[in-house]
Amino acid sequence: MSRLILALVQREARLWLRRKADALLPLLFLAITVTLFGLGARPNDPALAQSAPAVIWVCSLLAMLLGLDRLFREDREDGSLELLQVSGQPLALAVALKLLMHWVMTGLPVCLLAAPLASQLGWSGAGQGTLVLSLVLGTPVLTLIGGFVAALTLGLPRAGLLLPGLVLPLVVPILIFGSGAARLAQSGADPAGPLYFLAAALVLALTLLPGLAAAALRNASD
Amino acid sequence: MEPLLLVQGLAVRRGDRLLLRDLDLRLQPGERLHLRGANGIGKSSLLECLAGLRTAEAGQVVRRAPLHWLGHRHGVNLALSPLENLGYAAALLGAGEAAVLPALEQLGLGRQRHRPCAQLSAGQRRRTALARLLLSRRPLWLLDEPLAGLDAEGIERVGALLDAHLASGGAVLLTSHQPLPGRLGVFLERSLTR
Amino acid sequence: MWTWFHRLASPPWFYDFAGRLLPWLGLASLLLIGYGTVGGLLLAPPDYQQGEAFRIIYVHVPAAWLSLQVYLVMALAAAIALIWRIKLAECVVVAAAPIGASFTALALVTGMLWGKPMWGAYWVWDARLTSELVLLFLYLGVIGLHQAFEDARAGARACALLALVGVVNVVIVKYSVEWWNSLHQGPTISKIGKPSISLEMLWPLLGMTLGFMTLFGHALLRRLQNELLQREARSQWVRERWARGDV
Repeated sequence: MSRLILALVQREARLWLRRKADALLPLLFLAITVTLFGLGARPNDPALAQSAPAVIWVCSLLAMLLGLDRLFREDREDGSLELLQVSGQPLALAVALKLLMHWVMTGLPVCLLAAPLASQLGWSGAGQGTLVLSLVLGTPVLTLIGGFVAALTLGLPRAGLLLPGLVLPLVVPILIFGSGAARLAQSGADPAGPLYFLAAALVLALTLLPGLAAAALRNASD
Repeated sequence: MEPLLLVQGLAVRRGDRLLLRDLDLRLQPGERLHLRGANGIGKSSLLECLAGLRTAEAGQVVRRAPLHWLGHRHGVNLALSPLENLGYAAALLGAGEAAVLPALEQLGLGRQRHRPCAQLSAGQRRRTALARLLLSRRPLWLLDEPLAGLDAEGIERVGALLDAHLASGGAVLLTSHQPLPGRLGVFLERSLTR
Repeated sequence: MWTWFHRLASPPWFYDFAGRLLPWLGLASLLLIGYGTVGGLLLAPPDYQQGEAFRIIYVHVPAAWLSLQVYLVMALAAAIALIWRIKLAECVVVAAAPIGASFTALALVTGMLWGKPMWGAYWVWDARLTSELVLLFLYLGVIGLHQAFEDARAGARACALLALVGVVNVVIVKYSVEWWNSLHQGPTISKIGKPSISLEMLWPLLGMTLGFMTLFGHALLRRLQNELLQREARSQWVRERWARGDV
């Protein structure tokens, strides 16, 4: 089993290393959209610092949508997915590892960029740590939900258009608690409640979604 | 003798079209079954159904042995080299790392093993996929157009591969528009028609 | 029990069963909604705080209840469809979604109309209205996903998976939105035994709700019949009924 896990992770890592630029695109998108918010408001508007948690969370959410439709597409088109299904190995495990690697390459950089962007919006000091923590807990859930929907829409001609419409309503609670935790911390209140919720949502998503995504993949190849 | 593959009353649907129905089939060790038929008749869908990739509309498929699958999509990632592709496949199939290099050499890919598959020809990619069959011993082979894109020398090698597999008690079910290479095994041919 | 279950799930039997049930459901919903309309709009006294404007609850509250119940029905059917691979349950998932979306849209529109005299604006970020809006998006997602598939069976199973994830999400959305904000007046009906609205107001509301439920049943059976006819257009039982003029 450990050899299988290693092989799956190694394969994903190699594929990511061979298209490094793809990992930078969500990051670039995030930086640009946050900058656009700054440009859309009055220069140094204090209201911008106040809405920084919402701005950063929404922009991260949208950045994480990029490339989701391609998550399983290559594996389907070249037959790797069939190979995996026929091999008799647990498909849910392979899906979970693929999503984990996807998060490491897209979600983790987004989390790391959040604090500098918060400063850019004029939000200094207090509560930035909570913002990063809320993203670290929340973005894996976004990847899991996104991966499930990507599996659901795999092979559909309009998957790229359909995907955001299906993912965004499902991630509403994550946005509410993630942005809420950051807002509480910004105003000096205790953000523990929503952070615990995010952690619980992560555990729930981790237990349910890889299996459901695997079922969706089997359905897509049927 | 126990059949390796037993199919009873199978019906296969693709979209809203019923491709096949009431299909019975058995495959014993040492037998090779060559499926023929016009394009679109349902050969690939039948194979997918036998491999468990597609749900049957009716009937049942019993596989009494682990299988090797080679679909018309070859299952080779183009960004990875033949060596990397096979190393991954070996882990999936539960085969030893040591089997990888001999398998590649047996299909004449020894020199290309480090080049990304995107830089290889269609025939060489097909050979990479075929090398998977040598990684671990699985008695039942389901191959969809294994000869597509191969040159005369490649077809010879596949013939030798099939002979060795059948001689050791395996069974093969394949589709091909070309005449089959190799000499061994009980030849069965079946043409699918509407 | 199981033989009954399987007989119910067989398309021709269900088609005929639905055909016999439909007129009764239609009649019941007509009577109940008629009673609710007359009782609610004409007979019930105006609310001492909200005046005549409160009468919109006779549409808003049943629509909001149904919008959630239909999602639950959909998710239940989805679970049955995925576990036992029953065709009829797959059909229920795709047939219920547009009906649920309609109830949700109705609840949203009436909620906004109510909001104008109550809060002075058509839209305030009230917890229940907001969850209702997210629910509408979830319904539209299921409908959009179904439309995108060419193969009806694969499409229905994909919708079933989405509905299962969606129903977990509906609960979390409600909880999260309430945490986020609660502005709405507290629930007035849920206190069992001693309702805080008068009986003259309550009876028409219950009548209306039952009327909406039977209306849902009617619409669902009708859509299921259509779905079955479309899916099995080439099968023997459809041809027989076509020949009888029974479609």
